[in-house]
Amino acid sequence: MRTLLSLHDVGLQFGAVRALAGVNLHLQAGERLALVGSNGSGKSSLLRVLHGLLRPGTGTVQSATRLRQAMVFQRPFMLRASVRNNVALGMWLAGTRWRDACGAALQGLERVGMQGLAARNARALSAGQQQRVALARAWVLRPELWLLDEPTASLDPHAKREIEALMASFAQGEGGRAMTMVFASHNLGQVKRLASRVVYLEQGRILADLPVGEFFNAQRLRQVSGAADLFVKGELA
Amino acid sequence: MSTFSQSAATALHLITSFDPALWAIVGRSLLVSGLACLLAFGFGLSLGAWLGVARFRGRAIGLTLLNTLLAVPSVVVGLVVYLLLSRSGPLGAWGWLFSIKAMVLAQALLVLPVVAALTRQVVEDTERAHGEQLRSLGAGTALRAAMLAWDERFALLTVLIAAFGRAISEVGAVMIVGGNIDGFTRVMTTSIALETSKGDLPLALGLGLVLLAVVLLLNALIASLRAWRQRVESGSIPIWAGSAA
Repeated sequence: MRTLLSLHDVGLQFGAVRALAGVNLHLQAGERLALVGSNGSGKSSLLRVLHGLLRPGTGTVQSATRLRQAMVFQRPFMLRASVRNNVALGMWLAGTRWRDACGAALQGLERVGMQGLAARNARALSAGQQQRVALARAWVLRPELWLLDEPTASLDPHAKREIEALMASFAQGEGGRAMTMVFASHNLGQVKRLASRVVYLEQGRILADLPVGEFFNAQRLRQVSGAADLFVKGELA
Repeated sequence: MSTFSQSAATALHLITSFDPALWAIVGRSLLVSGLACLLAFGFGLSLGAWLGVARFRGRAIGLTLLNTLLAVPSVVVGLVVYLLLSRSGPLGAWGWLFSIKAMVLAQALLVLPVVAALTRQVVEDTERAHGEQLRSLGAGTALRAAMLAWDERFALLTVLIAAFGRAISEVGAVMIVGGNIDGFTRVMTTSIALETSKGDLPLALGLGLVLLAVVLLLNALIASLRAWRQRVESGSIPIWAGSAA
């Protein structure tokens, strides 16, 4: 399996707050990696380091050459523009001509079932619809690596299911291309359904890094990290 | 009748009879302040948007200076422009002193900090909330500044009102660099000051009423734009009518 990204002893500090410390992580192509942990554990910081939005204070990040990646945020930012233009924006910023980007945007919207709303103001959409637009915006970039920061956290149950279904479908890969996905989530049910591997973070450190089957095996998890086991028990209680 | 009501009646007559002297002054005022705002908006918006997004050493000092310039009295701006444009000044060769150009320059310099500082605040707030997502899509500093300023265009209309209000209502700078020359550089505010000192209160009051009316009209226009924006954002008006297929 091809290694897409490798983090070696990565540390990140915001003033006196330690966001990440001694993080070692190797991400293989085709993996669906879930980042779990309580608020402030470093999930979002780790995603941002993986995407290059934050530069680690210590350690190194190595990525495969020309790795195409896209990130989806918990609350996507929509410009005061049409849905189509919001999707086309990502491609245009990546260097595609605006006309071509608009054509691709319509395909992206079709992919997420939003083609009928292309002309609508993106700000007028519901949170779930905006998240689908954000997924389309990422999809048109044809990323090999998807980074998703709690993409369903602020959504109602129906929208949550829709977004999760799309994530599952993207994770299957398209056109013979393996999709790699890293997502942060508080929803352990979602982690079980979507992830192939789970990383548990606490105070910026990785305390457990296991295949999903082992992570949800209480005995195995307890062997690796008592704190992670307590977290899972607490979340499932 | 009191002096005020007499003056008000005469003022209304001057306005409704389209008194050429009054409307020439009004037109000149709008021209000077309009051009000054246009200039200040061009530079101030770019500067403010960039300051809202860019991070560099000395930025905090720059912002403090910019905010300090918000409180600069118009007579000081007038004096500086006067010194620059006076015959012995560095820009004396331009021959702009006591001309409309000098007044436009003075007012533009007066409102530039207003535009830049308020734009910086609006853009910086949006950048803090959403800039990261634009960065994740590959937008650099200049592009982010432009996109966020464009995205906040309706909020920036308020900045335009503030700038225009400051420009059209100031008297010190245009008096110094324009000289209040009748039929040439006399504008509403300098005229009000002069006519009041001469005791011609009706004309002074008429100009004052027109000044208020202009600002009221501008506010009404902006309010309509805001209402339209709310309708667009609530989804009742599509942004474009193109086929989605």
